[in-house]
Amino acid sequence: MSAGLATRAPLTIEQRRVRSAWWFVAPMIVALVAVAGWPLTRTFWFSVTDANFSDLSVAQFIGIDNFTDLLADPVWWSSVRNTLVFTFVSVLLETVLGLIVALILNSHFPMRGAIRAAVLVPWAIPTVVSAQLWNWMYHDVFGIINESLIWMGVLDHPVAWIANPHTNLWAIVAVDVWKTTPFMALLLLAGLQQISAEVYEAARVDGIHPVKVFFRITLPLLKPALLVAVIFRVLDAMRVFDVIYVMTGNNQTTMSISVYARQQLVDFQNVGMGSAAATLLFALIAIIAVIYITAARIGKET
Amino acid sequence: MIRRFCMQVVFAVLVAIVTLYAVLPFLWAVISSLKTGSALFAGPIIPAHPAWENYLSVFRQQDFGRSILNSLLVAISTVALSLSLALATAYALGRVNFRGRRLLLFTVLGVSMFPQIAVLSGMFELVTVLGLYNNPLAMIFSYLLFTLPFTVWVLTSFMREVPRELEEAALADGAGPLTILVKIFLPILMPSVATTGLLAFIAAWNEFLFALTFTLTPDQRTVPVAIALISGASAHELPWGNIMAASVIVTLPLIVLVLIFQRKIVAGLTAGAVKG
Repeated sequence: MSAGLATRAPLTIEQRRVRSAWWFVAPMIVALVAVAGWPLTRTFWFSVTDANFSDLSVAQFIGIDNFTDLLADPVWWSSVRNTLVFTFVSVLLETVLGLIVALILNSHFPMRGAIRAAVLVPWAIPTVVSAQLWNWMYHDVFGIINESLIWMGVLDHPVAWIANPHTNLWAIVAVDVWKTTPFMALLLLAGLQQISAEVYEAARVDGIHPVKVFFRITLPLLKPALLVAVIFRVLDAMRVFDVIYVMTGNNQTTMSISVYARQQLVDFQNVGMGSAAATLLFALIAIIAVIYITAARIGKET
Repeated sequence: MIRRFCMQVVFAVLVAIVTLYAVLPFLWAVISSLKTGSALFAGPIIPAHPAWENYLSVFRQQDFGRSILNSLLVAISTVALSLSLALATAYALGRVNFRGRRLLLFTVLGVSMFPQIAVLSGMFELVTVLGLYNNPLAMIFSYLLFTLPFTVWVLTSFMREVPRELEEAALADGAGPLTILVKIFLPILMPSVATTGLLAFIAAWNEFLFALTFTLTPDQRTVPVAIALISGASAHELPWGNIMAASVIVTLPLIVLVLIFQRKIVAGLTAGAVKG
């Protein structure tokens, strides 16, 4: 009798815990459905309607017309191109620079704590502020960048970095790299600090060249942290809006998919087209995430 | 010996370059904010007499104070709301083994990867239907989209690290789950909750796309929208001194906070990212 009670009693406590667990997560689930699930479903629906921004209640189903219009629009394709170029180049530069900064911060030198704090400054600055700040530094006549480059003799006349269609996307990439490298560096630094010092000590005793140590030991051991940091940044860069919109507005030569979708939605009041563009961006990001996670899993198993 | 010395010099130069690269642009904003009129475009790099007019005119011409209050209201409410929802969730996800736990955790992670633009039209509809258009409440509501997944994820990973014994002792005393969460976990996790809250605060303080789309009149704007839309007499005469002053005002507190909580922030960020 007492033995039977003893085995049953913990079970009921556990069951009660599970039941209360659902009560604990329920408010969060309701909130997520309200701010993510429902609006996303509505966006999918609007993408196959002729919805107008001024009155969303009269949307009519029109099939895939928005998508065919979208794929026929050269501005859409240039926004896709800009987004991919922006993502690829900024994430690549951020990874390389972030790795260099992380390696520096991982070694011992005086004032390391202060330097690590200083490196965090760009990350703490709101994107809108950093966009305005760099716009000022890029100023075509009085900008400090033009003045410095002329003073150093690199340029002989000022360049309109933001107005010139050949330089503006690169100017924006440079701002994003400046702003996001600290984040990358910190994630990689955390990865570096998990590599045990004994590995390096053994390599040093064996007299292995530091460059070889980096490629044969550091990089492979850092791979998991590197993969996570890169996917986070790729998915974040794909949806870029703030920095591009503040620096160049709806300029076609730099427009990203997010900027394109918002222009359709708000400026052209064409909620159908804007939602179609947003839906395609969502699909693109989901596909990249799935491919990446699957590849990382396969890589881990083999 | 000489080689070693050279290496150290190269290393020191590298450290200096990295530091200057990180810090100089913001310093330039501070310097520019102290210049007015022609001093902005010519004259010495560092002004001999710092001019504080920009800081005053930002508040006089743009009603920047109102924007700061809006931003504070939005960011603090968003943080409070998402922390309370996330703490309860993190307790369940981190301490109780129930069916569907992993699925829920991955759904939350998936939502954190949503591009904001993908919910924009649906969210706009929701905001207008609820009567929140051109009202800071619209931002408090919609910002849960990104603060909630983040806080849930980070707090869950912190919650898991709390030793089992503490909870078991309370369970043995017959304490209910809510008591355990508030009396046992909250005090232990207070530093982590503060860090997570700070990161969520920064995200809400900086948000631009929703704030731009869901507000109409200047008096409802948050700080990022106000700074992005500061304009002068014409597009070619942007009041750069004012823009830089406004930028410094909203950024300096953030930088100070980040520098103070530096170590904790790194722990929070890596808990959010690496443990996934």
